[in-house]
Amino acid sequence: MSSAFSLARAFSLPLALLLGAAVAPPIQAQVIRIDGSSTVYPVTEGVAEDFQKAQKGRIKVTVGISGTGGGFRRFCRGEVDIQSASRPIEEKEMAGCRAAGIAYVELPIAFDAITVVVHPRNNWLKSITVDELKAIWAPEAQGKINRWRQVNPAWPDAPIKLFGAGADSGTFDYFTEAIVGRSRASRGDFTASEDDNVLVQGVAQDVNALGYFGFAYYAENQRRVKALPVSPGAGQPAVLPTEQTVMAGTYQPLSRPILIYVSAKALARPEVRQFAQYYIENTARIAREVKYIPLETAQYKVLLEHLAQPKLGTVFGGHNEVGVKIDEVLRRPAKL
Amino acid sequence: MVDQRSDDPSAALARYARARKKRILRERIIEGVLFLAACVSVLTTVGIVYVLLKESLVFFTKVPIWEFLTDTEWTPLFAEPRFGIWVLMSGTITSSLVALSIAIPLGTIIAIYLSEFAGHRTRETLKPILELLSGVPTIIYGYFALLFVTPLLQRIYPELPGFNVLSAGLVMGLMIIPYVSSLSEDAMRAVPMSLREGSYAMGATKLQTALFVVFPAALSGVASAYILGISRAVGETMILAVAAGMQPSLSFNPLEPAATITSYIVQVALGDLPHGSIGYQTIFAAGLSLLVLTLCFNLAGHWLRRRFREAY
Amino acid sequence: MSRPLDPAEVRALIRRHRRWDLMFGILGLISLAIGILTLLTLFIDMAITGIPRLSAEFFTSFPSRRASQAGILSAWVGSILVMMVTAIVAVPLGIAGAVYLEEYARRNWLTDVIEINITNLAGVPSIIYGLLALGLFIYTFGLGQSILTAGLTLALLILPIVITTTREALRSIPQYIREGAYACGASRWQVIRHHLLPYGTPGILTGVIIGLSRAIGETAPIITIGALTFIAFLPPVPFTGEPPAGLFDWLNSPFTVMPIQIFNWTSRPDPAFHQNAAAASFVLVFMTLGMNALAIWLRYRLRKNIAW
Repeated sequence: MSSAFSLARAFSLPLALLLGAAVAPPIQAQVIRIDGSSTVYPVTEGVAEDFQKAQKGRIKVTVGISGTGGGFRRFCRGEVDIQSASRPIEEKEMAGCRAAGIAYVELPIAFDAITVVVHPRNNWLKSITVDELKAIWAPEAQGKINRWRQVNPAWPDAPIKLFGAGADSGTFDYFTEAIVGRSRASRGDFTASEDDNVLVQGVAQDVNALGYFGFAYYAENQRRVKALPVSPGAGQPAVLPTEQTVMAGTYQPLSRPILIYVSAKALARPEVRQFAQYYIENTARIAREVKYIPLETAQYKVLLEHLAQPKLGTVFGGHNEVGVKIDEVLRRPAKL
Repeated sequence: MVDQRSDDPSAALARYARARKKRILRERIIEGVLFLAACVSVLTTVGIVYVLLKESLVFFTKVPIWEFLTDTEWTPLFAEPRFGIWVLMSGTITSSLVALSIAIPLGTIIAIYLSEFAGHRTRETLKPILELLSGVPTIIYGYFALLFVTPLLQRIYPELPGFNVLSAGLVMGLMIIPYVSSLSEDAMRAVPMSLREGSYAMGATKLQTALFVVFPAALSGVASAYILGISRAVGETMILAVAAGMQPSLSFNPLEPAATITSYIVQVALGDLPHGSIGYQTIFAAGLSLLVLTLCFNLAGHWLRRRFREAY
Repeated sequence: MSRPLDPAEVRALIRRHRRWDLMFGILGLISLAIGILTLLTLFIDMAITGIPRLSAEFFTSFPSRRASQAGILSAWVGSILVMMVTAIVAVPLGIAGAVYLEEYARRNWLTDVIEINITNLAGVPSIIYGLLALGLFIYTFGLGQSILTAGLTLALLILPIVITTTREALRSIPQYIREGAYACGASRWQVIRHHLLPYGTPGILTGVIIGLSRAIGETAPIITIGALTFIAFLPPVPFTGEPPAGLFDWLNSPFTVMPIQIFNWTSRPDPAFHQNAAAASFVLVFMTLGMNALAIWLRYRLRKNIAW
C-alpha cells in the first residue's frame, strides 16, 4: 500500500511542476526581449541597464547573446523584439521574416573598427596597405606566404604568425570581404578564436605576429599591442583607427556599422518605442564608454525620424557591404 | 484455532484471491511506470536523431557523402568550402586519446588504492575531494588549460603553440579521473569480503589480491566506468572550444591546435551565420558523425562487458 | 618432483612482494596527489584573482557594463532555480529507469537497445541537447525560454549518468538480500522499495552528485535555449503568489545562470571584467562544492547502515 504510494509520490513533484508551468501565465507581458550578436552586446547592455534604472524597474529588459544568426532566427519568428546584429540582415533571413510577416526598422547605431595589430617591438611595420594585407591573408597564401620578406622585400626574413577571427563570425566575414575582396575567402592556417582576448594575448606574446580584431579590444590593450595605420590603396595615406578617423569615414575599408533591428509589431507597444528612442538618444554616450565609435549627432536625429515613420526594411539588399558611409546609407530606400 | 472472523473458508479464500489480484495489478502498473521511465532515454535518442537527421539530409543533398567522408580539409565556412569530416574526427580522437591516457591509468590506480589499500578515514575523505574534480564547470577548466597549463608546458617545450590539444587533453583527463575512479571504486568495494579473505588466506599480498581477485571480479563495473569516461571525453565541448583553438587540420599531433567536432558545433551554433545556411547545416552533419562514432564503440563496449560479467 | 621449500627463498619472495605492495601504495598516493594538486592549483589560482572582488554587493547586484558595479545576483538565483527543476525531474526518472532495467527487464534485445542507448547518450555533446531542446521544448511544446526548459534540458543531459550509477549501485547489492525478502513473501516492488533502494542510496547519491555538478556548470546548451546574459530582475519567488498560477509562475520566467556570466565576462576586453569572472568562477565552484558536500554527508551517513 504505502510502497505504491511512494512511487506516486516520487513522480508527483515533477508532474506538478509541469502542470503548474502549463497553467501559469507567461511573464512576457512587460518585458522587452533583445537578442543577437555578442559584438553589439556591450552597447545594448549599457542601454538596457540605464533604461531600467531610469524607469525605476517598471519596464524590464532582457538581453541574450545567441549570435547574429541565432538572433535573426528568433527575431523572424517573433520571439524577440529587438535584434542586435554585427552585419546586415541576409537574404535567407529576409525571406524568413517576410514569410512570418515580421516587418522591421533597421538602425545602424554605431561603428566598430577592425584593427590590425602587431607586437609593440615590431619595428619594420609603420603602416600597412590593403594590398599587402591581401597578399598575407588570401587563400592562395596558405602554405606559401610564410615569411615577412615574401610580402615585402624590405621586411625581415622572419616567420609570420597570424591571428584572426573565427570563420563563423561577422568580423571574419567583413575582414575577408574588405581585404581579400570576397566574403569568407581566407587562408586557413592561422590561429582563430572566438574570444578576442585570446587573440590579443597571442599577438602580445610573439614579435612576429599579426592579428585583427575589434577596436574595443585594441583600446583596452594599447600597451600590449600596436595598431597599424591602414592605407586603402596605392598612394593613399595610411590612417590609424581612432574615434575621429572612423567617425569621419577616413579609416577605410575596415570600419563597419553595427546595427539593431526593431520589429514593427513590437514598436506598437509603447514601452518598446520608448526604449528604441532611448537607445538612439543614448548610444553615443554608452558606445564611447565601451570603446565603440558613435555616429554623428545629426545622424542619430535621422535615425529617430526613421523610427517614427517607421522606415521599414533594409537598405543593404541582403548582403554585407564594405566601406559604407552612414550619411549615404541613411538616405537609401529600404526594402523588406 | 479457528479464526473467528471467517468461519467460512471459501470467503477467506475469496478475500485472499481479491487481495492477490489487486497486488498483481498494482505490481503491473508499477512495472509499467518504471518501463516508461526507462523509455524516456530512448525517446531522447529518437528526438536527437530526428533533429540531426532532418538537417543532415538537406546537407547531404548538397554535399555528396563520399566527399564528406574522404576530403582532407574542413573549411565549410570559407568561400570555397571543403567538407572533410575526418579532419574534425582526428581532433576528437586525438584529444580523447590524450585525456584517456591520463584518466584511465590514474583513475584505475586511484580506485584500487582507495578500495584495497587506503584506510576507511582516508578513503571517505579523499574520495569526495576527488569527485570535486568532475564538478568544476568545464568552462573554468578551459580557461585553466589556456592560461595556466599552456604557459607551464611552454616552459618545458617552448615551441608549443598557444592553442594546442595537449593542454586541453590533459585538463580533460584530469576532469574525467573521478568518473573512472569513483565508479570503479564503488564496483570494487561491492566485491564481497569473502573473496578477498580467501585470497589472503592463500598468502597473497594486498596488491596480488587487488589485481588478480578483486579487479577481475569487479570488471563489469570497471568497464562501465571506463565507457562512461570515454563517452565524456568524446563529448566534451567547452574545454576544447576555449583551449584547443579552432584550426581544423587533419593531424593526430597533440602539439598543434585542432578543431574537434564538438568545438566546431559550438562555434557555429552560437556564431553569426544565418540559420538554415549550408554552413549552419554542417553542424548537424558533424553531430550525426559524432553520434555514429560513439555508437560504434558503445556497441563494442557493451559486447565486451557481456562477455566478462561475473556473478558471485 | 617438487623440491623442499627453502625458507630463505620463501622469505625473499615475501619480501619482494611486500616491496611491490609498498611501491603500489606510493604510486596510488602519487596519483591521488596529482588529482588533488590540480584541484588545489585551480582553486588557489581563482581565489587569488577573484576573492578581492567578492563583497556583499557583488552577490546582490545585477550585471552592468561597469565592471565595478556588475554583480551575480540574477545568475546565482537562476542557477539555484534551474538546479531545483533539474534535480526534481532527473532523480525520479533516473532511478525509476535504472530500477526497471536492473530488476524488471528481461534479457532480450529491447533491453540491450535501451542499455546501449543510455551509454550512447552520455557521450552526446551538451550543445546537441541544446539543439534538441530548442526544437522540442521550445518550438513543439511551446515552453518558451524559461527556467522550466533549462531544467528539463539539463535533466535529459544528466539522465544517463544517474541511470548508469544507480544501476551499478543496485547491482552491487548481494543477491541474498533479494532472495531473503522474496522468501518472506515480498512482491518485487516491495523488495525494491524497502530493501534495495535504501541500500542503494549511497551509490545513487554518487550519481546524482556527479550529474548535478555537471549540470550546474553547463554553458552551451543553456545559451542555445535562450538563457540571457543581461537580466536585471529576478524571477518571482517560487511557490509564493496566489495559487494555482502564482505558485508556478517562476517556471516560465526568463533567467540567466552563473556559467553564462562567466563566459561573457571573460570575453570582454576590459580586464576588470576578467577579475569579475574569476570571482564568479570562485563562487560557482563553491556552490558546486556545497552541493557535493551535502550529498557526500548524506552518503556517508547512509553507508554506515550497510551490513555486508
